[in-house]
Amino acid sequence: MTSHLHRLPDQQTAALLGQYGAAVAAKRRRAVVFALAVAVAAALAAWGGEVDLRKFAEGLPRFWSYLYDILPKLRPSHFSADFTEWFWNLDGWLRLLAETLLVAYVGTFLGATIGFALCFFASANLMKNALARGLVRRLLEFCRTVPEIVFALLFVYALGLGPVPGVLAIAIHTVGALGKQFAEVVENIDMNPVEGVRATGGSWVEQIRFAVVPQVLSNVVSYTLLRFEINVRGASVMGFVGAGGIGKELLSSIRQFYYSDVSAILLMIIATVVVIDLLTERLRHRLLGIEGHR
Amino acid sequence: MSQSSPLAGVDRARLTQAYPDIFSPSPLKRIQTVATIAALVGLFLFGMMWLGFSFEKLATGISRLGVIIGLMFPPTPGNLLHLYLKGLAETLAIALLGTMLAAVIAFPLAFIAAKNVVAQRAVHFLSRRFLDSIRGVDTLIWALIFINVVGLGPFAGILAVAMSDIGSFGKLFSEAIETADTKPIDGVTSTGGSALHQIRFGIVPQVLPVILSQVLYYFESNTRSATVIGIVGAGGIGLYLSNEIGQQNWDHVAFLIIMILITVAIIDWGSSQLRFAIIGQRAIA
Repeated sequence: MTSHLHRLPDQQTAALLGQYGAAVAAKRRRAVVFALAVAVAAALAAWGGEVDLRKFAEGLPRFWSYLYDILPKLRPSHFSADFTEWFWNLDGWLRLLAETLLVAYVGTFLGATIGFALCFFASANLMKNALARGLVRRLLEFCRTVPEIVFALLFVYALGLGPVPGVLAIAIHTVGALGKQFAEVVENIDMNPVEGVRATGGSWVEQIRFAVVPQVLSNVVSYTLLRFEINVRGASVMGFVGAGGIGKELLSSIRQFYYSDVSAILLMIIATVVVIDLLTERLRHRLLGIEGHR
Repeated sequence: MSQSSPLAGVDRARLTQAYPDIFSPSPLKRIQTVATIAALVGLFLFGMMWLGFSFEKLATGISRLGVIIGLMFPPTPGNLLHLYLKGLAETLAIALLGTMLAAVIAFPLAFIAAKNVVAQRAVHFLSRRFLDSIRGVDTLIWALIFINVVGLGPFAGILAVAMSDIGSFGKLFSEAIETADTKPIDGVTSTGGSALHQIRFGIVPQVLPVILSQVLYYFESNTRSATVIGIVGAGGIGLYLSNEIGQQNWDHVAFLIIMILITVAIIDWGSSQLRFAIIGQRAIA
């Protein structure tokens, strides 16, 4: 089988090539302008951020030696004794770790509940009153834009040291973050069931209970689990400002150069976070999998 | 429902027969739901007790908070505005450079962690766990560690933001690479392209828009975390914030919070515009 390639007339080829060249050149120009803009911004930022490569080069060996220092001195011959010495305060740390997890859990629970209640007022398809909707949206925006550590600092001042300010700070941030995500889910629902419930004389609350909640529940749970993961990480540093959890212990061991304590606590935090990540990921996949089969 | 019209009664009998599982859900399922909710609420109540929640404490706290909020008005920078602006600039610099540094380092790492590029089970597993561990450590903790390396100041903040983002970027980028369409790669292979050519011409054009939009998104969220990194001494506006809270200058605190809110809002707006420009009308992946 022979195949011909039909050549376009030269004139047409030239025109097409010209267009192609122009398009590529325009794309190149855009890329160069973009790269230049990024480079200028980076240079400005480097100047403002006091980037000092010499200081970094001097510090880098210190980073490696720091990593080396915080590693425990485990000898194979005395392994169990060395290991026990490394985790000398295991009970105390486990207690603090449990406190961290509880801070994250209670904060997430509180925040998710309030955020869930508020999300219906923030979604355009259920809340026709633009003023009320705008107010709720601004409130959620405020809650999630102020970093939780800032709330924690304020609450520690008002409520005293301890885990309670940490819980409240995490809860407020969670209200803002989840309220927005929930509202987006609610705005994407199928409105037919809602109209069905309204046609049978259902009130606004009944519409939400029987037509909206069943549609959004799996997504709501999935987002809440994701937020719980994030909040565990957040709760691990709440102790830096005196708001409970393992952070205080970590801060003091870093500041006082208790090297092997630093690695022991870090290892426990990392292990907890990784385990929580894996568990919630599995749960979320199962939830969304169930949804997919319907 | 207690009152039902005759029509509903007729329909109901037929419907009950047609959809038995809706009218009488299996008791096992119902018990499961109730038990799950009870366990969640129980843990919540237990947590409240264990962590020492009490109504009087909350009441005094809220009244003190009310006093603080009263003292916040009117917000004013006093005569420290130039310092605050410098702190804000530092914060933005930390977020920008930290994000860029992380993206540059995570980009090659992501290819190693992607299953379809390096088809080595051990490499995949190790690189993923490595990225997970980096991600498990909060930015503030990295900041404390880097203060030991390069001293107090914004440079430590940049390195901290970069470090914790390497973990997130590595994971996100490698997921983007793994979901890339294999046809362009096959095409490059069929014309005799090397592994590097496959990556450069088969994968990179596909993943670049996704990666750029993720980088911008993280720049936004890093602006937020860079505002507080100063609390541990790693530069930016957080230093002033924690100082003013410590000295109970509530009007200054309020001014700083408003500055943060406005900056974050501007960055959010700008980067969402840019994101749409980069990825066009496509939904954000």
